[in-house]
Amino acid sequence: MHQLLKKLLHLVVVVLAVTLLTFVMTDRLPADVAAEINGRGATAADLGEVRERLGLNRPVLIRYASWLGDICRGKLGNSLATEQPVAESLRSHLPVTLELLFLSQLFALLLAIPAGIITAWRAGSRLDRLTGTFAFGCASLPNYALAMGLVLLFSLKLKLLPATGYTPMSVGLAANLKGFLLPAFAIALVEWVILMRVLRSDLIATLKEDFILLARCKGLPAWRILLVHALRPSLFTFITVLGMQAASLIGGAVIIETLFALPGIGRLLVNAIFAQDYPLIQGAVLLITLAYVLINFLVDLCYGLLDPRVRTGGADG
Amino acid sequence: MVSSIPGLGRVVPMASPDLKKGFTFYAACGWLALVVLCALGAGLWPLPFTLDQIDSEHLAAWPGGEHLLGTDAMGRDVLVRLLFGSRVSLIVGSCAPLLGLGVGLLLGMPAAWCSGWSERLIMTCTDVILAFPALIFLLVFASILGPSLITITLGLGLLLSPRFIRVVRANTARFRKSEFVLAARISGAGEGSILLKEVLPNIMGPLLAYSLVVTGYVIVVEGALAFLGLSVPSPAPSWGGMIAAGRDVLEEAPHVAIIPMATMFLTVLAVNLLGDRLRGRYERS
Amino acid sequence: MNGVDKQLLDIRDLTVELRDRRGPILPVDSVSFSLERGKTLAIVGESGSGKSMLCRAILGLVPSHGSILFNGHDTGKLSASEMNRIRGREIGVVLQNPLSSLNPVMTIASQIMEPMRCHLGLGARESREKALALMGAVGIPHPQERLSCYPHQLSGGMRQRVAIAIALACDPQLLIADEPTTALDVTVQSEILGLLSRLQQERNMSLILVSHDLGVVAGVADEIAVMYAGRIVELGPAGAIFERMRMRYTQALFDAIPRIDDPPHRRLPNIPDQPPDFAALPPGCRFAPRCASAGEICRNKYPPLVADGDERHSYACWFPCELKEAGR
Repeated sequence: MHQLLKKLLHLVVVVLAVTLLTFVMTDRLPADVAAEINGRGATAADLGEVRERLGLNRPVLIRYASWLGDICRGKLGNSLATEQPVAESLRSHLPVTLELLFLSQLFALLLAIPAGIITAWRAGSRLDRLTGTFAFGCASLPNYALAMGLVLLFSLKLKLLPATGYTPMSVGLAANLKGFLLPAFAIALVEWVILMRVLRSDLIATLKEDFILLARCKGLPAWRILLVHALRPSLFTFITVLGMQAASLIGGAVIIETLFALPGIGRLLVNAIFAQDYPLIQGAVLLITLAYVLINFLVDLCYGLLDPRVRTGGADG
Repeated sequence: MVSSIPGLGRVVPMASPDLKKGFTFYAACGWLALVVLCALGAGLWPLPFTLDQIDSEHLAAWPGGEHLLGTDAMGRDVLVRLLFGSRVSLIVGSCAPLLGLGVGLLLGMPAAWCSGWSERLIMTCTDVILAFPALIFLLVFASILGPSLITITLGLGLLLSPRFIRVVRANTARFRKSEFVLAARISGAGEGSILLKEVLPNIMGPLLAYSLVVTGYVIVVEGALAFLGLSVPSPAPSWGGMIAAGRDVLEEAPHVAIIPMATMFLTVLAVNLLGDRLRGRYERS
Repeated sequence: MNGVDKQLLDIRDLTVELRDRRGPILPVDSVSFSLERGKTLAIVGESGSGKSMLCRAILGLVPSHGSILFNGHDTGKLSASEMNRIRGREIGVVLQNPLSSLNPVMTIASQIMEPMRCHLGLGARESREKALALMGAVGIPHPQERLSCYPHQLSGGMRQRVAIAIALACDPQLLIADEPTTALDVTVQSEILGLLSRLQQERNMSLILVSHDLGVVAGVADEIAVMYAGRIVELGPAGAIFERMRMRYTQALFDAIPRIDDPPHRRLPNIPDQPPDFAALPPGCRFAPRCASAGEICRNKYPPLVADGDERHSYACWFPCELKEAGR
């Protein structure tokens, strides 16, 4: 419990530090948002008035403190550019990011888990080497290049899937999924490699354990040894990497979102930065950091589910 | 040693497939030597076209004929731009990891050596930067300094530092209680000189291997930044910029994007192979 | 009962060939012995003498040649799934280290129930009841409470009892215990040994007990096979071996047993050097380089296994111990 509390405190510090850093950094952006809002012919008095209204002439720490206060009262503020509530923008962009996240990780897992298990079971075989070579190639491929290749093949040449565009799930599930297929696959085909690698090497280590020898002595079939006995104790690094990948995709899949015109958090953030839309930037960063923290937390919980020794907090014996 | 820049993907140390050791190794070295040669000699060779020369007769021309690798949508020679563009990839790919390595050594070694508040401070800062959306950092950095080769090199180098700090710290900590360190301490060497003379030579190998892996990653990231207009400003060529520009004519003239893609892929593959070979060597010993 | 039925296990010329970096090695080399139903065979030798590899070969876990007749079946001719059936159901195994041989992420109950559910097709309730009974039989107090425990919550001795319960789950005809007491405290060692021997008699199982310590097996073994560098160097009924041990290596192992009537601070005689490297075996007797009595012939020619009066006692030594010499 003590460990959990310490972890929680650490994560709170990370959230505070990241949002503060964002505040300070966006404050250093050279362009003047007041001038942007007023347009070209604004007078100095106009600008001053806008700054006053937005509270831009206060020191950055004060503004951060007041923003934090607003957050605690549940207010994210309004976008400077569109005057829409920030919470509303985030809510409308989040489902796209989550769906992309879910599908890409699903594809990556579907590739990585079977490949990892088979290559560990038959380590050193021709199949293992072949998979390794293919994976090495995949990992050297930029995902934007892969995305463009997929678009060229499946959209432009074969005309099977749409090249860009997002259809909300409410319009039609099939159309919605079709739009996500290529971007999710472009992400997955690069990301499965590292997952496969860590699973393979951890599984190979586990398969050398005494309890696997005992399982073989029990006369269990190979699938049972692999899936019931060996897999679970081999998932630690795997879960850690999966968590890191998932965390980086929230707000991080900017290029893929741009290439496929998906309105996700990443694009929202980039557009907000280009438009110097401080409240929106802050809101998006807060969301991204909270997601990072949440996923970290979930990964820690998973450790406990995977290994009872973590759960009771006791050492061996 | 798995790490990622939130928002831009991850730095993945790989285990290379067990191919015919000799051939792939020499092929990778050969390819990298060729790229370096092209980058250095791009301005010296007599090329039929200049960098920004627009051939309006041949817009997005296919490879072959007058333009060996075709022209892009604006009628500029792809081969010439590829040659000059290699400079960006090479400079960013070599300088950013070196910068990260420098910062990593400067902060990571003390963090491993002295436990206590200074270690905790360094590691907490590292965590914060790791959790910080990399894009904001790079965008703000580019907005302040203006997008240029120096900006992205500096920006990426700083972004990579936390990872180097972690790797340096992990590698250094292994030697904290080792016998040769103890021996040096007994013979009266200061902690600073122990770190420099005894520990540094021992950790350089794994660190260089890690730097090579990071190099491949940085070359990829330069391309990603080009999509957001944050790489070297147009019309200066870079591989990433060429790929991004090729997106507009993907259907009519796919070679405009595919040629720089293939070049980048081969380069990253070669760097990864070398990094992996180096890593394998230090892991075994 | 005819002669064939009396033998549970009959091994002829069993050889395990593994590929080392330096070439093929033979950790088990032309081993032959047989084991009757309800009897205990102890395999004794230093670590690295091929004992564990022999057990794995019997279980079909490493490729081997030679013949293994188990219950009249030639196990070399069985399919993988038939072999799996024999492994879990007919042969139970207890490994050396109970700390690492139980799966750390599975409950005690599920690990004991697993063979029953896989091989006997028992349902959850039935196998659970049987697991409880087994845990009682191997001397685990309060089995009901231990069912949902994980291995790390038990002591070493308890874990080894759990491992024995797992081995007995399907009522095997043969129990292979590979150094079952080596990793345990001395007091627990004798408990576990007593338990094994009691269970063996109650269930009329055959038992193969592997140990590096001749003293450990003295009270429980019916037959003893001494292994050195992959070969059996002396084989016979326990009584015959202890009374008239012939092979010099057996003698050396015997002398290494600490005795209660030893004078205080007596230095135990140890066997000099290490067992030979399988990749560089001497051409003659493999024990010759470490043997005080070795002569010219020992270094050049491997001694055959010869019978010693009693048909069932055989040894491989050019200069066997004189009878008065043996037993000290």
